[in-house]
Amino acid sequence: MGIKRDDDFAERRKDLANLSDEELKQKFWNLTEKIVDPLLEQAKTHTSPSIERSVLLRMGFDSLAAKAIADKVYEAELLGKGAGHVVIKLAEKEEISYQKAGQAIANGEYELKTLRSLFERGEQR
Amino acid sequence: MKLNPAEKIDIEAVLDNLENYRPRRKGWTWRKVVPEQKIGDFTYFDTSKNLLNNVPLPASRSFNGIDPQPEPVITTEIASGRFEDDIRRMRMAAWHGADHLMVIRTAGQSHFDGLIEGTPEGVGGIPITRKQIRATRKALDYIEDEVGRPLNFHSYVSGVAGPEIAVLFAEEGVNGAHQDPQYNVLYRNVNMYRSFVDAAVAKKLMAGVDMLQIDGAHNANATARKAWNVMPELFVQHAINSLFSLKVGIPKDKIALSTVPPAAAPAPDLRMNLPYAVALRELFAGFRFRAQQNTKYIESSVREATVTHTMNLLLSKLTSADIQSTITPDEGRNVPWHYYNIQAVDTAKQAFAAMDGMQEMIELKKDGSLKEEARELKERSILFLQEIIDNGGYFQAVADGFFVDSGRYPERNGDGISREMDGGVAASSIVPRDDDYLAPVCDHFGYNNLPEEIDKPCDLIDGCTLDKPEKITYIDELDQEDNVEKRLAENRPYRKGNLLKPEVEWSADGWVNTTLFLAASEDVAEVAALKIAEKMNLKNAEVIHKEVMHPAEGTLVEVKGRVDFAIDIENLEIPEKKEALPDDQLREYVDNNPINIVAATVGNDEHSVGMREIIDIKHGGIEKYGIKVTYLGTSVPIKKVVDAAIEVNADAVLISTIITHNDIHRTNMKKLHDLCVEKGIRDKLILIAGGTQVNNDIAIASGMDAGFGRGTHGNDVATFIVEQKKKETKEEG
Repeated sequence: MGIKRDDDFAERRKDLANLSDEELKQKFWNLTEKIVDPLLEQAKTHTSPSIERSVLLRMGFDSLAAKAIADKVYEAELLGKGAGHVVIKLAEKEEISYQKAGQAIANGEYELKTLRSLFERGEQR
Repeated sequence: MKLNPAEKIDIEAVLDNLENYRPRRKGWTWRKVVPEQKIGDFTYFDTSKNLLNNVPLPASRSFNGIDPQPEPVITTEIASGRFEDDIRRMRMAAWHGADHLMVIRTAGQSHFDGLIEGTPEGVGGIPITRKQIRATRKALDYIEDEVGRPLNFHSYVSGVAGPEIAVLFAEEGVNGAHQDPQYNVLYRNVNMYRSFVDAAVAKKLMAGVDMLQIDGAHNANATARKAWNVMPELFVQHAINSLFSLKVGIPKDKIALSTVPPAAAPAPDLRMNLPYAVALRELFAGFRFRAQQNTKYIESSVREATVTHTMNLLLSKLTSADIQSTITPDEGRNVPWHYYNIQAVDTAKQAFAAMDGMQEMIELKKDGSLKEEARELKERSILFLQEIIDNGGYFQAVADGFFVDSGRYPERNGDGISREMDGGVAASSIVPRDDDYLAPVCDHFGYNNLPEEIDKPCDLIDGCTLDKPEKITYIDELDQEDNVEKRLAENRPYRKGNLLKPEVEWSADGWVNTTLFLAASEDVAEVAALKIAEKMNLKNAEVIHKEVMHPAEGTLVEVKGRVDFAIDIENLEIPEKKEALPDDQLREYVDNNPINIVAATVGNDEHSVGMREIIDIKHGGIEKYGIKVTYLGTSVPIKKVVDAAIEVNADAVLISTIITHNDIHRTNMKKLHDLCVEKGIRDKLILIAGGTQVNNDIAIASGMDAGFGRGTHGNDVATFIVEQKKKETKEEG
């Protein structure tokens, strides 16, 4: 719940009173930018299950497969690598198409630790 | 498939071969504005290209059927829960002038973690699925060809599956969408971090296909107790979403602010809303404005809602609207019925036609209270932004209940919506992207550790669905019971057979609305109305509107109920619509067989307009075929009409009569017939009656040979007379 406060606009506006309309508009957008920039930064550096499912959809998986793959990747704590990334890594390793690799993950054919191992240094060579 | 205006759209044909359907274009389309357009007798200043097929306003009858289309895109929002019925409603709306067809999503979809497939029935909207939007977009392709104007299809990219919905929309050619993470946070209680992280990806996808985005700020005034007090906050919400979207990559002209006039009469609506609308357009110049209509103060009166919306349209005209949204006037009483969608579209079209070119004559004052109040609103919103920053940023402000507080900021009433940062649906579900994070697809927002040697991200997988739509995997149905094929099988006899049942929402749903005036107090009237509905055999009857005319003298009540029978149209006797004979044939006949008639408006009736249109040569009346008319004037006694017919040896008598409370029109017709019989001239005379409420059946029952109602022209009457004369000649011969 928020606070209660009387309208103290007359007091608060003192710094704004002398601004021109153009300066006021400038201020409005400068402040907005200060609020929005941290939100964008967080978005740039994070992902989510829905974002990863959206990647898998764009790769051509249907929604059921996309959900199953993303769930597995999340369980394996590999979401930060990118679900599509996991799929293509597996395809490379197994020398199969990425479609087959994705479907195999969706079907539960790989253990979580096998998926994790795709990103362990030793196996990257 | 090409639609035939005389036939219903074939839903089964729309569904056929959907797995191979691809949208013909992507992105948003504005109307083609035509400056100083001549339409009929008038020059318009603010109109766009005319339609190929259309239904004009009722009064257009007196203006040669013109149907001027305003500049703004016109929206209609559809929420029936069955997309197959929405399609029919969209076609009707498009004919009336809507070119932004927005479908509301079913209740609960925003919390569904993933995509829904197939065609399950929705509640208060449809479940958005690939099949449903593909079928709708395909149908809209046909409909836009029929009306000759591109139609924008629109729904919602919100909830916990926002990025996936955005992919779906981008793939399937959805033209516009609501996207505003603040909406998720405040009204859907989706975790705030998740909402913004997801929103960036969703917006980037929308930008990639030129989709138009609409924000969700208007929900604040639908939620706040005193809607007009949230004006400063509305600027803040618009600004956060607009700048966030711009920075993600949506261009300004694809970012539309959803703005609603927060107040409504009996408040001094315009005086309160105008400074707000002006300030908004000054601060957000370059963005687009989607003028939404007020829903907060809609009650069950469709008349009142229509007036509120007309005032909203005036405000749009006085400021600007790129998209004019319409709200069905029955929103306060029903899940909108289809004909109210059409009426709302007509309200916008009518008001804009009426206000065309208004700015050529008037303008808003540049000083005085309008300017001062607009400035004050801007300052209040700046103070709001400042306090968000001082308080620790956006998330902290939401947690501290800054938003949707009913106080006029900086006043605070402590009743805002507060959300926990780590709470809500899908809390703790975002994950930092690792240094080697990779997403091998196009239109992806944020950090992506792509190899340097590729041109575009999806080269890694030989193309993504946005480049290669053939990679999209289409799922038809997952539920063998709850799907469109089952529903269509059930109502096929009504759609493709001979059965007809009233409907308001779904095919043959059986609902009817009855309007009653009861000379009783409100409480009595309501119960009595239900009893009457029961005796009328209406099922599931419900009072949907009541309005006191006087506490004791009476109450207006509207009752809806269902009928459980259908009409077989095969068994109906449909009066044959007579095609008028061509003008030259009529003229030729009259040249060779002179026709002489007597015409008069009878009874105590001074109306002469209708009769003049039928006889006068200037109006294309029967005189132009050479028929000789003796016009006796208005309020002519029947006896005088008969005397004149005898005197000029008339072939026919034409009387015009208005409808009256006590059936005077029937009495007049009978009297004419009887008097002609008495004088021994009935067999020689063709007796014709006309009037706005007259029809052929009433006239014949009252002793006439024919009756003509609204919409009759001189050639219809001339054709009847000529054909009667031909028949007589044959009988005599």
